[in-house]
Parts: sequence; C-alpha cells; structure tokens
Amino acid sequence: MPRLKSVEELESFRTGLRATRDPKRPCLTVCAGSGCTAAGAHDVLAGLRKTLAKHGLQDAIGVKSTGCHGFCERGPLMIVWPEGTFYNQVTANDAAAIVASVSNGHVPVEKLLYRDPVSGKRVIREEEVPFYARQQRVLFGNNGRIDPKDIEDYLHVGGYGALARVLSTMSPEQIVDAVTRSGLRGRGGAGFPTGLKWKLCRENPAPRYLICNGDEGDPGAFMDRSLLEGNPHSVVEGMIIGAFALGAQEAYVYVRAEYPLACEHLRAAIDQAEEYGLLGDDILGTGMKLRIHVVKGAGAFVCGEETALIASLEGRVGEPHPRPPYPAQKGLWGRPTVINNVKTWASVPVIINWGPEWYAGIGTEKSKGTMVFSLVGKINNTGLVEVPMGITLREMIYDIGGGIPGGKALKAIQIGGPSGGCIPADLIDLPIDYERLTEAGSMMGSGGMVVVDETTCMVDIARYFMEFLEDESCGQCFPCRKGTQRMRQILTRICAGNGVEEDIPLLEDLGWLMKQASLCALGQTAANPVLTTLRYFRDEYLAHIRERRCPAKVCRELIFYEIEPTLCDGCHACVRVCAGDAILGAKEEVHTIDRARCTRCGACLEVCQPKAVQVGTGELVCRN
Amino acid sequence: MTETELQQTDTILGHFDDQRANLIPILQDIQGKYYYLPQEVLTRVARKLRIPLTDVYQVATFYRCFSLVPRGRHQVQVCLGTACHVRGAPRVLDRILTDLKLGAPGTTRDRQFTVLTVRCVGCCGLAPVVRVDDKTHPHLTQAKVRGMLNKYRLKQQAQEEVAATEEAGDRDATAQVS
Repeated sequence: MPRLKSVEELESFRTGLRATRDPKRPCLTVCAGSGCTAAGAHDVLAGLRKTLAKHGLQDAIGVKSTGCHGFCERGPLMIVWPEGTFYNQVTANDAAAIVASVSNGHVPVEKLLYRDPVSGKRVIREEEVPFYARQQRVLFGNNGRIDPKDIEDYLHVGGYGALARVLSTMSPEQIVDAVTRSGLRGRGGAGFPTGLKWKLCRENPAPRYLICNGDEGDPGAFMDRSLLEGNPHSVVEGMIIGAFALGAQEAYVYVRAEYPLACEHLRAAIDQAEEYGLLGDDILGTGMKLRIHVVKGAGAFVCGEETALIASLEGRVGEPHPRPPYPAQKGLWGRPTVINNVKTWASVPVIINWGPEWYAGIGTEKSKGTMVFSLVGKINNTGLVEVPMGITLREMIYDIGGGIPGGKALKAIQIGGPSGGCIPADLIDLPIDYERLTEAGSMMGSGGMVVVDETTCMVDIARYFMEFLEDESCGQCFPCRKGTQRMRQILTRICAGNGVEEDIPLLEDLGWLMKQASLCALGQTAANPVLTTLRYFRDEYLAHIRERRCPAKVCRELIFYEIEPTLCDGCHACVRVCAGDAILGAKEEVHTIDRARCTRCGACLEVCQPKAVQVGTGELVCRN
Repeated sequence: MTETELQQTDTILGHFDDQRANLIPILQDIQGKYYYLPQEVLTRVARKLRIPLTDVYQVATFYRCFSLVPRGRHQVQVCLGTACHVRGAPRVLDRILTDLKLGAPGTTRDRQFTVLTVRCVGCCGLAPVVRVDDKTHPHLTQAKVRGMLNKYRLKQQAQEEVAATEEAGDRDATAQVS
C-alpha cells in the first residue's frame, strides 16, 4: 500500500474501496470481545470457516471477527450482513445451519434469533432487540461491522474522514472551539470540560504531549477495553485530531496490563495508520508529524489518576502529586500535557463529523452526548450500553437491562466503581448526568453500573470496596493510607457481628476527613461507597450491630445453614460437596447440618435441587 | 541463575536504550520471561539504567504485575471484580484455596499452582469467572472448582512424569562425567 499523500488521495482511495466491495456480498461477523471469546466465539469462527471451505463458499461468503457488540449476556453473538440478521448464543455446531441459510436465499435460522422474554416473539434485527432499541450507539455503533485489525474496514465506514476535514478546512483554534461548543466533558470520571482543558494546554509553550488514559481499573467496567479492542482506529483518529489542535508531536496510550488484546489491536492500528500515511511524518502530505506510543501498565489502580499515570510513564512508581500545577501546565517530562480518557478521544471524530451542535443536542443541559455504561451484576441483560445522557435509571435497568433475574427485588445501583456510591431503588427515576449523580452522593466515574438485589448485603459491598481501596492506595498520603485501612477494619468488624453503635459516627468522621485531607481523587472519593450506604441503608448497618443479623443473609459470621426435613430427598449431593464434612445422614435419608462443623461456605445451597438447604440469620446464630 | 539465563537478560536489556522511562517495560519483559524478577537481574537492570537498585526495587514492589518470588506452573486468577463479588466469587476463591491446601492466595508447595486475585477481567456477563493461564472459566460454582483444577492436575501429572525421566537422564549424565 503506497502512502496517501493528500486529503484528496484519501478520499479517492475510499471511493475506490467502496467500489471494489460488493455491498450485496454476504458477510458473517462474529463478536470476539472478551465475553463472547470466553463463551466460545473462536470455536464459532473456526466452525464457520471450516463449513464454508467444505462447500467451497469461502470467496462468496465472508467471515469476520469483530469487536464487542455489547450484549455479553447472550454471547457468542453474530450478525449476517447485508440483511443484518442478529443471532445470539451461537455454537460451532450451528455453523452448518447458518451457512445453509445464507446460501439458500437467507431464511433466518429460527432457533438462533433473539427471543423477547416478554412477548416470546423472535426478532430478526439487532435494533429490534429491546437491549439495543433504547441505545444511541455513537461510539460503539461500528464495533459490530468492522474488523478492528483492518484499517480498510474503518476507512470503508467513513473512518479518518474527520481527520481529512480537519486538515483541509479547519485551524487548530477552530477545532478547540468546536470541541468546546459540543459540551464534551471528560469521560474518565471527573467530567472536566474537554475544550477548556485543550485551551489551557495551548496557552503553555511547546513541546506539548498527548496521553490517552486507558488504565481502566474500576472493577465491573470494561468499555475502554471494548473500544480499544473493537475500534482502535477511532481512538487513534481522535488523538491525531487532538495533536493537530494542540501542536503535539508525541502521544502515548497507557493501557491496563490485564488487556493484552487491546494493546495488540492498538499497535496494529497504529502500524497500519503509519503505513497509509495517516500517522508518522508528513501526515496526508500536510507536514504534520505525530508518533503514538503504546505503553502497557503494570497493574496499579492509582495509575488511572492522571498525575500518577504520568509518573508511571516516566518509569517511576505511580504516586500522584498535588495539583496545581495541572498536567495542562506541567505534565509529562514537565511539559504541558493533555490527558483524556479513551472514550473522550473517540468522541472527537464524531463531533467533527456530525458537528458540535448535533452533539450538544444530545443529553441534558450540562451533560452532553452519550455515555457508555457497563451494566453488570444482578441484571438479566449484562453488557455494554451506550445511551444519551439524562436517561433514567429505570429505563437503564428495566427497558435495556431487562430487570432483575429470578423475580428478586432491586435494592441498589452502584455507579462509578470504588469512587462512586450506591443509589437506592427508590431513586430509580433519577436521570443520569454528572450533576445529578453527584447530588445523590455517587459519581459518573468511568461508567461501571453494578446492579444489586435483595440478596446483596450493603455493608458487605462497602467492605468490599474499602478492601479494594486499601489494597490499591499508593500509601503516599496518610489520610488515604490509614483511613482506608481503619474503615476496612471497622466494616469487617461490623460484618462479623462485633460492631458497636459508635462505629457509625466514626465511619462518617473518617469519611469526611479523607475527603478533605487526601492528596488525590482516590483518597478523596474512597469513602463514597461507605457514606452512601450509610445514608441510604443505615438500617442494615444497625441490624448487623444491634441484632447481629445480616438481612441479606450474606455475612458469614451472622448466618447459619439448615436443611428443611420436609423438602430433603436424601440425594446426598450436598454431602459430596461439603468441604467441612458437616452434613450428616445416609443416602435416601433426611440430612442434617452439624453447625459446629459447618464453615458456612454455601456449597450445599448451590447444589440442592429440591431447595431444602436454607439460610437463616439472627438470634439463632448465638445458639451455635 | 545460570550463565545462559543471564545472557537472556542481557538480550532483553539490549532491546532498550538507557532511559529511566524504560524501567517498567524492561521489568515487564523479564517478568514475562521468568515469571518473576530474580535478584541478580534487578542488579543488572539498575546498572544498565544507571539508577540506584532501591529505585528498581521500589518499582518492582509497587506494581502488581511483578513478583520477587517464583510463581507456579499454572496461574489461577480469581476475578474479584464487583460483578463477580456479588455473584459469589469470594466463596469460589475459598473453595479453590481449600482444594489447593493454601491458607491465602499464593503458590502451592509443589509450585504447580499460583492463586492470584484480580480485579475484573472484563467478562462480567459470565460472572463469577476464573482465568487459569489463558483460559477463562465462566459461571463457576463451588461444585465446579475441583473439576476445573483437575484438568490442569492431569496435565501436571503427565508433565511430572516427563520431568522425572529427564531428571533421571540428567543424573545419569552427571554420573558419567564424574
């Protein structure tokens, strides 16, 4: 491939590309995101390729592995183009049926179509599935269409068009102005206006640097990964436009260590972009220079904080430093640096292509555009969801998420990871934007949304996050290092039934202090999960303390297991899994649990078919 | 460490220039090669980058990816992300530890398994998950733990037999030399 030397060459190459590709040629795209891969997507791909080769159809019908489609719950997913037929829970054994259907005039394979759980009807196209119907997939829309390792796929869907427009018609000031007018705010959590950040950086003398923050550390959030894996060119294009606006020649993408595939796809994308003359020296013949380096993180949650990330890039330990000076003034190697999240960079080409006014038309007054959430936990439709800002939690959970499994009651929604907070079920009509979430005691964060039902203990959840933060605190400043440790100790004590009522004001005091005195956002927000659960679920704390009772029946020290004799069929399944040999009774006889030996691991509960194993909590615990 | 192993280290070091910013990538490559960071190697890294050994040690102990002690043949990564946590991951972890006779995450005495906890591997739809080496095991329950580990134990037994034969061969060779 010869380098493209001008914007015109790029556009004529794109026209040529579109002419050579037959829009009617069938193509099978299989989601190879992390969820679908774990569910067997690669077996499906191999099965399809083998079947096509067997029938000599490998040229007539294309097969492609694409990035994450978002609906992880129903993986492996695939789409048959050009019809757009959407299949879910595909296995390698279905390959023959799929190939046969495509080559025989495309009658959809009935059993692989998504079945609406409410109406029971099968739906054919992706956008008819309720999970997708309410979404507005501006950043993720192309994930199901393109092969992330093939730049021509990205060019085919209009990729690098925004770059071409910027280089031929816009000045750096106009780009900053467009981004400012779009109302785009940082998608990494704090929501700082992106245009303003760029403007501040431009006020400082060159050389300037760009960083893409892909150190997605929040447990339960995986949208940055899916974007880097599924559409890396969109991030690269955003960064090139940013570099043009900021006059930067070096850029870095810092990717979390646990994401090897994201690194691989990103590196491939950068190499291809350089080969096509879209990156490197003399970009599209304009004389602009940019190198993008991919740096793999080494496993530290705190490196998601911008100053810690910069320290890590410089080869030091990831300890944050106080701001100001902000990275826009003094960042990497002491130079002005703009650091933005993966989704923020990927939003830039969208804003240029569709116009800042269009983008600003989506969302609420102060939060513009779309936001990507990972909807996980006790929810029917787990997956990645891209919605306009301002959508309510109710729409997220019931319309898109399909409600809570097993007919259980919704208890809370944990938003924003360890820095966020728990929103109770009665605030379900809250519209999601930066301000409203902060008012409710939570925060947008990177968009992790963990749904919990009545069987989740809120004290245990608070303890879980505190344990995580204690582990991940860099240890540099005292309020965070000691505060997370003390809070975790107090919460562990409460979960074990040894809490006292004075613990509650103590937790609140500690939380306030950490908020005021910690050096970086990790410590300043660390108390949020505890403070919000105390605000909305104080009665659960009190039940643990006053009655030694865990209402959700989760905290091990406060529960006991017993077998309901009328339900037990003596099948012995529980006896076989019991780690502590605590279950007595011969086969075909009613079993009983020896509470003195029971470790309360709950394995018997998992295997009991007639549901004879039951959990209790409260006064009876004391009898043990 | 043997002379060849130190030579391999030098090969890795040869790929980088002497800049401080290369410290983490260098350590990552060494960790990838040996699955831990041997002390002699850290000394070499410090000398190469002309920085104090304490700086290398500080970085090597700060980040989760690095280990100063050797890890086992199979890495069992138990995901403790929020989605896995609310769907029962702590109990799965306990069962794995009991099954491998470990008190806390770490390496088994026979160095066959290293149990690590990780925060989110991005497969929340399949929670709770455990990743053994490169394979992700979805929807785990306590009852499935033994079967999952056995798959690796079987391989391990076979490998042990191979290792035992090789060792015997080595002994013969040594005996002949002496």
